[in-house]
Amino acid sequence: MSDQNIALTVKNLKVHFGGKKNIFGRKSNTVHAVDGVSFEVPAGTTFGIVGESGSGKSTTALAIMRLVHITHGEVTLRDTALSALEGETLRDARSRFQIVFQDPYSSLNPRKRAGALVREPLDLMNIGTPQEREAKVAELFRQVGLRPEQRVLFPHQFSGGQRQRLGLARALSTRPELIVCDEPVSALDVAIQAQILNLMGDLQKKLGLTYLFISHDLGVVQHICDTVAVMYLGQIVELADRVSLFTNPRHPYTRALLGAVPSVYGKKRDRRNRVRLQGDPPSPINLPKGCRFASRCPVAEQQCKEAPPMLETHSDGHKVACFLSGHELSQ
Amino acid sequence: MSDPLLAVSDLVVDFQTRAGNARVLDHITLSVNEGEILGIVGESGCGKSMTALSIMGLIPDPPGKITSGSIKLSGQELVGMGVDDLCKIRGKDIGMIFQEPMTSLNPVFTVGEQIAESVRLHEGVSAKAAQARAVDMLEAVEIPEAAARANAYPYQLSGGMRQRVMIAMALACRPRVLIADEPTTALDTTVQAQIFDLLQNLQDEMGTAIIMITHDMGAIAELADNVAVMYAGSIVEMGKVDNVLSHPDHTYTKGLIACVPHLSSSPGPVRERLMEIEGVVPALTDLGKGCAFAPRCNAVLPRCSSDKPVLLATQENHLAACWAAEAEMAE
Repeated sequence: MSDQNIALTVKNLKVHFGGKKNIFGRKSNTVHAVDGVSFEVPAGTTFGIVGESGSGKSTTALAIMRLVHITHGEVTLRDTALSALEGETLRDARSRFQIVFQDPYSSLNPRKRAGALVREPLDLMNIGTPQEREAKVAELFRQVGLRPEQRVLFPHQFSGGQRQRLGLARALSTRPELIVCDEPVSALDVAIQAQILNLMGDLQKKLGLTYLFISHDLGVVQHICDTVAVMYLGQIVELADRVSLFTNPRHPYTRALLGAVPSVYGKKRDRRNRVRLQGDPPSPINLPKGCRFASRCPVAEQQCKEAPPMLETHSDGHKVACFLSGHELSQ
Repeated sequence: MSDPLLAVSDLVVDFQTRAGNARVLDHITLSVNEGEILGIVGESGCGKSMTALSIMGLIPDPPGKITSGSIKLSGQELVGMGVDDLCKIRGKDIGMIFQEPMTSLNPVFTVGEQIAESVRLHEGVSAKAAQARAVDMLEAVEIPEAAARANAYPYQLSGGMRQRVMIAMALACRPRVLIADEPTTALDTTVQAQIFDLLQNLQDEMGTAIIMITHDMGAIAELADNVAVMYAGSIVEMGKVDNVLSHPDHTYTKGLIACVPHLSSSPGPVRERLMEIEGVVPALTDLGKGCAFAPRCNAVLPRCSSDKPVLLATQENHLAACWAAEAEMAE
């Protein structure tokens, strides 16, 4: 296997919050937000992470961005161990991985002009001369489908879709090796969402970008991702390439997630025949000792409640963490 | 045929803004019968929520004003009714569920008290009886341990639970019409599916008419009987859900359906580009005299920029306001 083509490697990543003693000497509860996540992202591809809110997908993204404290595990970008970097070296490395946030309204400084916002990363990272930066900003504006003249406008003068284009231009400015997209289209109207998704696809083809794409929208993930990981309560329960995951989902949670998405081609009467997940996920503070999904799983058996299943690789490369994925479910 | 339960006819709502007069609703006509679900779809700013607020008599005045038209609830005119009389109808005959269950519940009262409040106000029963009704309602919306949860504060409940409380509150007085404004937008898809099942079951039991506002075509397909597609304050297409989604006549409806990445159980290996609707929703202050959608339309005719299309029957029980669709029919 050539490591050359792997842009991002995440090994046994854990992010726990709390668990510290407060001033009264009482230990607070530990929230296991991300609990042992491993995956690789080949360069030039899109890796999707899906899951319900609270599944740890955003925390995984923030940990990779080094924006939250990593409790355990390694994050490697090409041959640099990001998780080991600190201080000035971490700051210098930040030009190599960038993030696009969910909310284009709150992630842009309202007092800065669009041109200055896009130029900011170049200024901070000292890339090129000031003249070159201006030319670069104009080029970035064109790349994301904005007019260079719009550089003098303020964020409030742009529509939601245009603001997300600005967010993309900012992320692209330092020519990063990895772009983390945390729900980049979920705040946008459907028509605008299609424009941004197409733009992201076009830019990837042209510039060979690598995306880590976080979303709860399975339709969007199916559309844009090459490989998809499904997370539940801080762990990956299924990981496979796009075709395999959607044609042959093996984890009961993945099946339930897919079944919950209403389809335009669906009929009123179809809806009632689907398997429904009951209740909410258990709290990430007191985790069950067995499979974390067992309490909501329609097919759980006694063994599921006793020990946690490991993420196992099937012969076709499809990874599943479920005791029952081999036989019972493959009807 | 008897009168529909709720009939909105030729409703015009204007807002005075600094940029001039904005016609947020332009001659809206729609109706809903007992036991029926009417879906209203469109992008943000198309007047979906304004339609709901007008029916509830909640248009902020000033700057808004119902300029003309009528809203009749089983023959009783709501437009121009005094506030006191309206208060007797709101919450009793017409219930409403808002989008954001976090912000629409009062944080300092228990959920039981909040549900009991409307029962006490509208039915004049004792506090004890109202509280008992609240617990019954919580049971009806399938909240486990309803009696205990009635004493919980909103912050102690999950998003899905809070939305159930909102539904319990809206249904506590057994309204004849329920308006649900994006009831599941803030929720996960698995929870959304639960809420849809719940709405459907409650409707089967109580025969409530539901007006469901959403931007999700899939939700419409699986829940509604009829659908109205809105654009820039007007209804552009209306009819039976199955027919509108499978044979849309208006270019906007076609675009709305095609621009969403649909989840498929057999995705192809090649990612396709999504269809885009170019541009954004126009400002309501300068709509021009032609079709409001013409600047974004890909089937525009000369006539579209000069004459505003009116709703015409293009198929059985199916109206569309589009000159191109009309021309096609004439052929």
